[in-house]
Amino acid sequence: MQDLVVAIVFISYAIGVLMTFGLVLTWVERKQGAVMSDRIGANRAYLRIPFTQVKLVWWGLFHGLADGMKMLLKEDWKPASYDKLAYALAPWVTFAPVLLVFAVIPFGGTLRPAELFSGFPSIAAWFGDRTYPLQIATLDAGLLIVFAFGGITIIGAMLAGWSSSNKFSLLGALRAGSQMISYELIMGLTVLGLILVYGTVDLRNIAQQQSGVVLGFLPAWGVFYQPFAAILFLTAAIAENKRIPFDLPEAESELIAGYFTEYSAMKMGLFMFAEFIEIAIVAALFTTLFLGGYNLPFMTDDGFTLPGGRTIALSHGGVLLTQVIVFLVKVFIMCSFQILVRWSLPRFRYDQLLRFAWKFMFPLALVNMCVTVLIVWAVRS
Amino acid sequence: MSKAPVRREYWNAPAMGWWERSYLPEILRGLSITGGVFMRNMGRWITGRKGALTTYYPEETRPDYAARNRGKHVLTQRPDGSPQCIACNLCATVCPAKVIEIEAGFDPADTAHPKFPVRFEIDYSRCVFCGMCVEACPEDAIRMVKEVPSFPGGDRRHMWLTLDELLTWNPQKDVAKPYPPKPGAPG
Repeated sequence: MQDLVVAIVFISYAIGVLMTFGLVLTWVERKQGAVMSDRIGANRAYLRIPFTQVKLVWWGLFHGLADGMKMLLKEDWKPASYDKLAYALAPWVTFAPVLLVFAVIPFGGTLRPAELFSGFPSIAAWFGDRTYPLQIATLDAGLLIVFAFGGITIIGAMLAGWSSSNKFSLLGALRAGSQMISYELIMGLTVLGLILVYGTVDLRNIAQQQSGVVLGFLPAWGVFYQPFAAILFLTAAIAENKRIPFDLPEAESELIAGYFTEYSAMKMGLFMFAEFIEIAIVAALFTTLFLGGYNLPFMTDDGFTLPGGRTIALSHGGVLLTQVIVFLVKVFIMCSFQILVRWSLPRFRYDQLLRFAWKFMFPLALVNMCVTVLIVWAVRS
Repeated sequence: MSKAPVRREYWNAPAMGWWERSYLPEILRGLSITGGVFMRNMGRWITGRKGALTTYYPEETRPDYAARNRGKHVLTQRPDGSPQCIACNLCATVCPAKVIEIEAGFDPADTAHPKFPVRFEIDYSRCVFCGMCVEACPEDAIRMVKEVPSFPGGDRRHMWLTLDELLTWNPQKDVAKPYPPKPGAPG
């Protein structure tokens, strides 16, 4: 029963965070792009407080809501001939795995409810001495789950393209298939080096191993152990997410909207929303693997222990709150970096895209892995 | 024997060394440029300045229109404030987009210019801003100022400029033509 309550709280937190990120990122993408190119950006949508003339503009934050309303209210137009089942299934096959990936990502340290609710003896007694890691599914196979669900999104794109019986869609789906499979391989190879360093695929364990400090000042983050892998992983992840500069499957100038050309209204909105949530997921994965997850340097379960021997004590709730906020801030910074990439780099040509994957990134990932193997072998023996 | 095709040499062939070809440094350089622009503009916004080149139209209008810009129409006025227009319809006739509508009135007391416009309206949804009305006018009654008209709205009927708005022009120097004094007036 206690487990159920905690699980429900965690799941609603995760879904709330992802949906908020999805909505806010649509706004961030517009505004950041505008600021990067000396523009103002979307700023006309407003909420009026009822019965007054007070208009809440809030720097255009409500444009996301307006878009959502528009997509919900639009006509759900369907092509003349299409595969009904696959067509209806495809948006969900794209959308659901993206949400599910977050289940294995730890978004904070370990929760001890008895300590958190020490002011309320009845609640504390009800929980007893149970502890809960801040993670929806505490699985040993975390990283494998991530790749398994990442693979399912390919099926969504392929289904969408094939079922809508449109040549643009089919071309987009084929492109999506070959691109995502190529880059999935590279993602796997780069992460392999990380698995060698940490000796586990459990994301929670990986995050915990990054809590220390190396050489006295450098946080023990994956990005300092595996800098090349970090760059390759981020590139491959952006390609996996089919965003500029890798947005060949949905290149407007060539394929209209690629594999979701024939989708309208909220079905198309689901594809877009899945893409934006996947930005957050990629950022969360990168944070967990390479940026220390929820850890700040010099932070322990009791507060901060600074190098000079000074300590700043924090209560259990304070530590948890700091960890959750640190994780969110890191994720947001990584999202922002992905949007920076999206507004800076031009799109590849398709042959360049595959050549880049197989002739540039794949050998580099292999080299990175070999070097890691040698170093780990030298250190361990 | 066929000759091997001569590959054309371009004068602007990209000259890339190994540094450019290694791809990543140049990508990072591009990202730092765009990121720098973002930081600069964001810093301006946060410190309360404007970090964009965009003019926030229609709340803001650009002050830097060229002096000869053909913008909004104005009707010049006589010293007593009445329009200098004599409702001759030359501008309406010459107008290629046929946007000017004039309804003439008759004032027998004003012997010099008995005709005057009762209604003078311009439809800006169709105006092409060619300035031919200004050239056609024999009385220098219609002119175009450099400021553009401001008509954002949800209704195309908002795009009609009427006589009272055309007569709001208030020049710094009096450029109106000398007006024949009314009979009996001094001077």
